[in-house]
Amino acid sequence: MSSVHDWAAPNPVTTNRSGLIGKGVDRYEGPLKVTGTAPYAYEVRPPSPPAYGVMVGSAIATGRIAAVDTAEAQAAPGVLAVWTHLNVPPQPPRGTKAHPRSTAGSRPALESDRVTHWGQPVALVVADTWENAIAASALVRLSYEAGTPDVDFSARLPDAGQPPGEQDVEIGDFDAGFATSPVTLDETWSTPIQNHCQMEPCASLAWWEGDKCIAHTSVQMVKPAQHGLAETLGIDRDAVHLLTRYIGGGFGGKGQTYDDLTLAALAARALGRPVKVAFSRQQMMHGTIHRPATVQRVRLGAEKDGRLNAFSIMTWTHCHQDGTFTEHASNFARALYAAPNRLTGHRLVKLDLPGAGPMRAPGEASGTLSLECAMDELAEQLGLDPVELRIRNEPAVDPENGRPFSQRQLVRCLREGAQMFGWDRRLPTPGQVRDGRWLVGLGMAAAIRGNFLLPAKCSFSVDAEGVITVRQGMTDIGTGTYTVLAQIAAETLGVPLGVVKVEIGDSELPPAPGSGGQFGAASAGSAALAAGMNLRRAIAELATGDPNSPLYGGDPERVTFQDGVVAIENRSETLAALVRRAAPDGLTAEGDSRPPPDMREWSTQTYGSHFCEVGVDPVTGEVRVRRMLGVFAAGRILNEKTARSQLTGGMIWGVGSALTEGNAVDPRHGSLIGQDLAQYLVPVQADIGDLEAIMLDEVDDKANPMGIKGVGELGNSGAGAAVANAIYNACGVRVRDYPITPDKLLAGLIAKGM
Amino acid sequence: MLTTITVNGEARSLDLDPRTTLLDALREHLLLTGTKKGCDHGQCGACTVLVNGVRINACLSLAVAHDGDEVTTIEGLGTPEHLHPMQQAFLTHDAYQCGYCTPGQICSAVGMLREVEAGLPSHATRDVRADAVLDGEEIRERMSGNICRCSAYPQIVAAIAAVAEAES
Ligand code: FES
Ligand code: FES
Repeated sequence: MSSVHDWAAPNPVTTNRSGLIGKGVDRYEGPLKVTGTAPYAYEVRPPSPPAYGVMVGSAIATGRIAAVDTAEAQAAPGVLAVWTHLNVPPQPPRGTKAHPRSTAGSRPALESDRVTHWGQPVALVVADTWENAIAASALVRLSYEAGTPDVDFSARLPDAGQPPGEQDVEIGDFDAGFATSPVTLDETWSTPIQNHCQMEPCASLAWWEGDKCIAHTSVQMVKPAQHGLAETLGIDRDAVHLLTRYIGGGFGGKGQTYDDLTLAALAARALGRPVKVAFSRQQMMHGTIHRPATVQRVRLGAEKDGRLNAFSIMTWTHCHQDGTFTEHASNFARALYAAPNRLTGHRLVKLDLPGAGPMRAPGEASGTLSLECAMDELAEQLGLDPVELRIRNEPAVDPENGRPFSQRQLVRCLREGAQMFGWDRRLPTPGQVRDGRWLVGLGMAAAIRGNFLLPAKCSFSVDAEGVITVRQGMTDIGTGTYTVLAQIAAETLGVPLGVVKVEIGDSELPPAPGSGGQFGAASAGSAALAAGMNLRRAIAELATGDPNSPLYGGDPERVTFQDGVVAIENRSETLAALVRRAAPDGLTAEGDSRPPPDMREWSTQTYGSHFCEVGVDPVTGEVRVRRMLGVFAAGRILNEKTARSQLTGGMIWGVGSALTEGNAVDPRHGSLIGQDLAQYLVPVQADIGDLEAIMLDEVDDKANPMGIKGVGELGNSGAGAAVANAIYNACGVRVRDYPITPDKLLAGLIAKGM
Repeated sequence: MLTTITVNGEARSLDLDPRTTLLDALREHLLLTGTKKGCDHGQCGACTVLVNGVRINACLSLAVAHDGDEVTTIEGLGTPEHLHPMQQAFLTHDAYQCGYCTPGQICSAVGMLREVEAGLPSHATRDVRADAVLDGEEIRERMSGNICRCSAYPQIVAAIAAVAEAES
């Protein structure tokens, strides 16, 4: 059994002889993306012209479909099929497992007359053209027996219960600690429903080759999508070839598949031709998951010197009636600050809303919006600098489980960030700095996000041209997977990047966990390193065992790999020449990686700090982010260019969370009010000022054999709180109900007599 | 309806449903799928193409209204082997992540630089009578019709500034 301690031994990635690891090389697939030649799911060319499927969403949130009239739709020009629950092809019932090894269950589309959320796909129209399909979809007449939607989160807060299988975590005696603390804070924050708004709406294209279904879709995890589709179609999982080569953003929302995939596959089978089905932008809001709203009560009890004596964050949130997803907004805090008396937990209420699910930094993104503002408020009460308050509460070991930190450079992130940003220019009293009509303020927050390693496999081959091909059922959702896999391969085999090919996003390749939870690079990369090491061994044995090789008879352990040349001291030949002669069909090696059991002996997180300067217009309540800096410590960085992009992207998500993003529920219909990008406001260029992310040097050899950690979600943790704290410093108004829109800020400014 | 559109320098005759948008004509009829559909409602900019040199949202325009027009799409700007300077700048500055908004951003940026060159002011222009100075604020304002959910905004500004700098 492997152990964390094995990772301390040098390997090609940690030795980094060619210097490719960490280097900001351009994205592997970049030339295709910037020329529009990377085909996303809906754009793949099928073997024959596709038919177009359009889904119809339900117009009620709860109840049943009472009557269906599809006569007019069926008679419309070009229509090939109109399906509702009454005539959709049979699918195995929900949740059955067609295959013993599968992880995902059957999720039949157009399952029954039961409606469980607004916008639930309830009909499909397939036509020869997109225009005909859209037009006919408007002719599908459904009437409903509507129930009263139970969607009022605040009204249902008292009914919230423990999420299944969870308990509050208390250490010490929170109540006693809080009661005896000389300085206390007890405030409640709320965060709204957020939508992922990936720029590529979910889309699928499917066709059949005999009994085999070829399905291109846009999904973050390949294997569960393949298994789920196979079970929904009632076929063996190997009869589904699922591909997801390019994905136009995921952010957690494409961690699962939706009915577009099932319906495209069913319709392609029924019609005997390729069918493609896409969500419209409007359908995305209800048809896919969202980050649920939260209410968070934060209580802090501190000594006069700022040391926390009692600390609690309790989160209330909601999920769909059939679901159990919980936005764990309290969890991150368990590893963040020292305090002897601690209480954290969650309460969940089920509503007739669409499915709640993970969205970039699930938990941290919501939770830091409360705790990191609470720390700012506490610092003010104590007359302490907010950076200093955090440093005074820096724990020596994980405060909840006593485990040592594998690496923790939070204090360095805070100190270096403060210095680079010019934090010493901040005036602690709010409302003191003017720049023309703007009140200007500075704010900061800490960032933390967990680190994970999941099992993965990978294969490496070398061909007679010396080309290395990496194959893995992994995905790249914009995270840089293609590129970092190529870098790992080139460094491991000692070849130039230009001779590495990467094939991912395919269910027939060795399985990897996919992209999510910022575990992608570490999990997929560790398996790639293992496969690369196995291929090195195979090549070394080939060379030393081949009488025609200059390396013949040498010790395979001593073979070096550099610049496309294999050598033992001064005996060498090119990798291509060796393979061409001794293994003309090429060589392939597989590798896998899984977390060793002793990994749990360490507390492994990624850390950061955010600093932000905003302007607040006291007349209009408008907020402008003028500049922002993030400083992060997240292990070894594989590619400083793509990693920085991940971090700045996450920071901008924080700006959106603080200022504009949120969806309100219409209690009459149980629908979300923001149904497109004109109503749900994601940040645009003009919302973002100067923004920079710095990565500190770090190697975390308890995280995985490469010493890397994830960065995809860290940037989003704490960023919004830094904006909120800057707003307070600018104008003296605390808005604890996100997003901080001008109406809320103006109410506060007026109340202050400004 | 028979419609002839010159796309990337080549006259293309299409028999189109009058309801077909320019975006769907490009994607579904000419199989030029570089132009993306992000919202189909003029809210995201993913479908930006150049029509007679001017950037527009192809989803908001019916194809039959473009009979006789010259359309340049992302495929017409450059190829993976021969990148347009703006495409090269996006690659160099990592001005994208998932890449879905990217063709629209690039076409928009090319059209935007032409607008600046033609002396067209923006909301961010301080003196509308003087030539616009293409600083960060101008670029951000002029590129705000192109949403990037991956939020490559700082990198996009850097890429465009580099091209503008090289051109001047
Ligand atoms: S697809 Fe045209 S603006 Fe969004
Ligand atoms: S690169 Fe993903 S939306 Fe812009």
